[in-house]
Amino acid sequence: MSGFRQARWNEPLVFERSKIGTIAYSLPAVEKEVQKALPKPIESIPPTLRRQTPPELPELSEPEVLQHFVRLSQMNYCVDLGLYPLGSCTMKYNPPINERIVQNPYFSWLHPQQDESEIQGILQILYELKQWLAEITGMNQISLQPAAGAHGEFAGALIIRAYHAENDELATRREIIVPDSAHGTNPASAAMAGFNVVVVPSNNDGQVDLQALQSAVSKRTAGLMLTNPNTLGLFEQKIESISEIIHDVGGLLYYDGANLNANLGRVRPGDMGFDIVHLNLHKTFATPHGGGGPGAGPIGVKGALSPFLPTPLVSFDGTKYYLDKERPKSIGRVHGYLGNVLVLLKSYAYILHMGSLGLKAAAEHAVLNANYIMKCLEGVGGYSIPFAPDTWRMHEIVISAKPLLRDTGISARDVAKALLDRGLHAPTFYFPAIVEEALMIEPTETFSKEELDRFIEALREIAEQAYDNPDLVSRSPQHTAASRLDEVRAAHPRTMALSWRMYQKRSKSQSTTQA
Amino acid sequence: MPAFRHPFLPNAGEQQKAILAKLGITSVEALFKDIPSKFRFKGKMKIPEGLSEIEVRRHIEMLLEKNSTPYLSTSFLGGGVWPHMVPEVVHSVTSRTEFYTAYTPYQAEISQGMLQALFEYQSLIAELVDLPVVNASMYDWASALGEAALMTSRLTKRSTFLIPEFIAPNRKAVLATYTAPANVSIQRVPSNPVQGKLDLERLKEMMSSEIAGVYLENPAYLGYLEPDVDAIAEIVHDAGALLVVGVDPISLGIIRPPGDYDADVVIGEGQPLGNGVNFGGSLLGIFACKDDRRILRQMPGRLIGLTTTTEGERRGFVMTLQAREQHIRRERATSNICSNQALCAVAAAAYLCTLGPTGLRRLGEQIMQLRHYMERQMSKLDGVLAPRFQATHFKEFVFSLEDRKERRLSILALMKKISQEKIFGGIPLNLEFPKLGESALVCVTELHTKRDIDKYTASIQQALEVE
Ligand SMILES: Cc1ncc(COP(=O)(O)O)c(C=O)c1O
Repeated sequence: MSGFRQARWNEPLVFERSKIGTIAYSLPAVEKEVQKALPKPIESIPPTLRRQTPPELPELSEPEVLQHFVRLSQMNYCVDLGLYPLGSCTMKYNPPINERIVQNPYFSWLHPQQDESEIQGILQILYELKQWLAEITGMNQISLQPAAGAHGEFAGALIIRAYHAENDELATRREIIVPDSAHGTNPASAAMAGFNVVVVPSNNDGQVDLQALQSAVSKRTAGLMLTNPNTLGLFEQKIESISEIIHDVGGLLYYDGANLNANLGRVRPGDMGFDIVHLNLHKTFATPHGGGGPGAGPIGVKGALSPFLPTPLVSFDGTKYYLDKERPKSIGRVHGYLGNVLVLLKSYAYILHMGSLGLKAAAEHAVLNANYIMKCLEGVGGYSIPFAPDTWRMHEIVISAKPLLRDTGISARDVAKALLDRGLHAPTFYFPAIVEEALMIEPTETFSKEELDRFIEALREIAEQAYDNPDLVSRSPQHTAASRLDEVRAAHPRTMALSWRMYQKRSKSQSTTQA
Repeated sequence: MPAFRHPFLPNAGEQQKAILAKLGITSVEALFKDIPSKFRFKGKMKIPEGLSEIEVRRHIEMLLEKNSTPYLSTSFLGGGVWPHMVPEVVHSVTSRTEFYTAYTPYQAEISQGMLQALFEYQSLIAELVDLPVVNASMYDWASALGEAALMTSRLTKRSTFLIPEFIAPNRKAVLATYTAPANVSIQRVPSNPVQGKLDLERLKEMMSSEIAGVYLENPAYLGYLEPDVDAIAEIVHDAGALLVVGVDPISLGIIRPPGDYDADVVIGEGQPLGNGVNFGGSLLGIFACKDDRRILRQMPGRLIGLTTTTEGERRGFVMTLQAREQHIRRERATSNICSNQALCAVAAAAYLCTLGPTGLRRLGEQIMQLRHYMERQMSKLDGVLAPRFQATHFKEFVFSLEDRKERRLSILALMKKISQEKIFGGIPLNLEFPKLGESALVCVTELHTKRDIDKYTASIQQALEVE
């Protein structure tokens, strides 16, 4: 066994730690003259708008606040601890220098509504970042506004909409096509932009089925959303034909850049025929994912589509940087300001740190690592590697635990949970849906061969254990902060608790019904 | 050629050889052979050569120092992102690598820390806004407004959404982007020209069986409070529509929470709660609603729920009600949102624990005193109307330059002039709302002192005098 033990604090909710009269705040004194001008500020509020009962926030001292959250943090696995092979999520190293850089007060106090003459430095950074991303993706124009990948997809789908509207074809072009292996955000974004979604199947090689695509397209087709490499980690070799099929019927080709990491410096979506791309900077460009966000999802387009990009657009007139707001064809704003600039700045630093050679090397190391895992798992009992045998994978591999389930009753989910017990994060599981008992593994370039070996060994050991003593596996995890959790209870109307106040209310009504 | 090495890449030298050997290849090129040669990128990307850590830092510092930053001066700019203190302890919390280098807590057992912190965020905001259901965050206030409008339309199967006349233009623009594809039309309810508040008579006239939801902000974009909230709620609900209220959460230590006046959905900008200004990103979209199954089922975004381990022994936390979300419901999801602003939500949670109920009340009182003082000093200036609206304000107010024949200085020119003294004087409103004339929106927070305010008014006075 690995000897891994995650901290298991019996840490109460912060509300349960509250002690009336304790404070953790420290506010400046208000000058006498200022106070005297309005001695009782609350009485200046119209009575209908005064808060009558204070919010039930906890009362703690400052050391207790910190202790609480540090204990919580110890019950959270992170990429700085070790392999985090969540397929499609590109959990790579988040350089600490970038965290330092964004604390620079010349950035952190900068307000988005300052005059352009006062923000030339940050605009230059954003402009250069746009140029670099355009070069990396082979696109002509970039908007940095979307706050995440899905937000970029929404903006991209709106651009598809605007393009067809301009050609007076929106009334008929109602459909966006997505492969069955697509991420859930693709169809959801298309729907939010007002399109109907048509799904095309993958063929036995795990690639878009060209015949199926051919019969799916029509004059109703607005566009196709695709990742390449796809979510199986396979490069869509027929990308040229795909592009022709879509363009021949007048549709646009959209690139979901979540899987760009494998392509850096090798192949660019713009050259493959894509018209619109989004990037996930919190994946490919090394910004921390923050336990769920903030990320950044810039979008890029080919020249003809650039009038439709969100407004305003960071621009340069040869002498000064400015925000271009004269964009009559734009889809409008998708963010209140210029997007998650804090994240953009970190990616700027990352690209500067890696350089063109570094980015290309990162892609190579990521692909080497993924294929190394695949090679080492070949022939390990319990797992199979569906689709396209004898084909190298790109940034990620998808294996199936179907044989293990058949032989031992141990599922992909069980395997994932058993990995947690060994101090490893689990792969993405049950996605893509076209693979039964899928385990989607993306090691990234960040991890050493030793760490990969630890993972491979763990998978092997779990399979062996499943054959010898399946109960042991199905009981895992035991060494994490919590063992398996009751999801039914969490979602059941009678027990559902989405906040402390809901929890208290539900507990009270339960104890009265029991009494 | 010696192998390329980089500090972020562990598998150099021997390890890379061992990996290649295991794969039975001699060069990494073999792995990329599925890329059609036609599309292979030849040559070198036109991006900078890699720099060392020191060079990266120096280069970026050099660029950032070209900015004229409120850090070394005084800023009265708000309007949706506001300068507030970020207690150092909040920063200590969000600097924990265990939080910031984690992905979304998909594996609940090994991610309890993040899940509990987000559950606490939801719970703390629930107390603030007085509604029990809060999601784990949206991108920002503006996108939360867009999602809220869509949600009211889905719930009522109606397609008009009413907003106040005076709303932040950027927020309104995002709302329009979100609602256009769903054919939800946006209409403005006129405001009282003197007091700023919604015109109730006009609101009543506009209500019909077409109206999905009505949106109001408290405090409003222009800083004043909207006092007729109970009447508005009644008008809205009588017409079968939903009431959506936008808040500045930092006001809710002293201002009545929207849940108390029967708001169905509350949204807002959580940035003041422990998140920096950061050039307007990253923000924190607050999204809360009633504990009503119909509404809940239409809610966008992630929700964290409290539960127990399957053996029932220990408390634990999971992402729940995921059947609303894109990874399960796909094109029928309530929203496409996946990654959100989780770390900003953790900052907000730590912030609210730090302030507590008394801290938040005192902070609110103090902000109101400072704002009042500034209003008063400004009102003494010749040629200045301050505050523009006859109403109680929270931390922002509008002042106008009186329309006099001999005055030539525009609000823009005035702001430019005082910026030479490193004072960022406010957001000019002349373009956004021409009917307000030469006006600006000014923001006062606990970061300001009497000295800052006196200096500000003196600069304005001087600028107007030398005219
Ligand atoms: C393939 C793919 N597309 C889109 C997304 C959505 O990105 P985000 O979470 O940044 O919205 C993801 C992220 O999970 C993804 O893996």
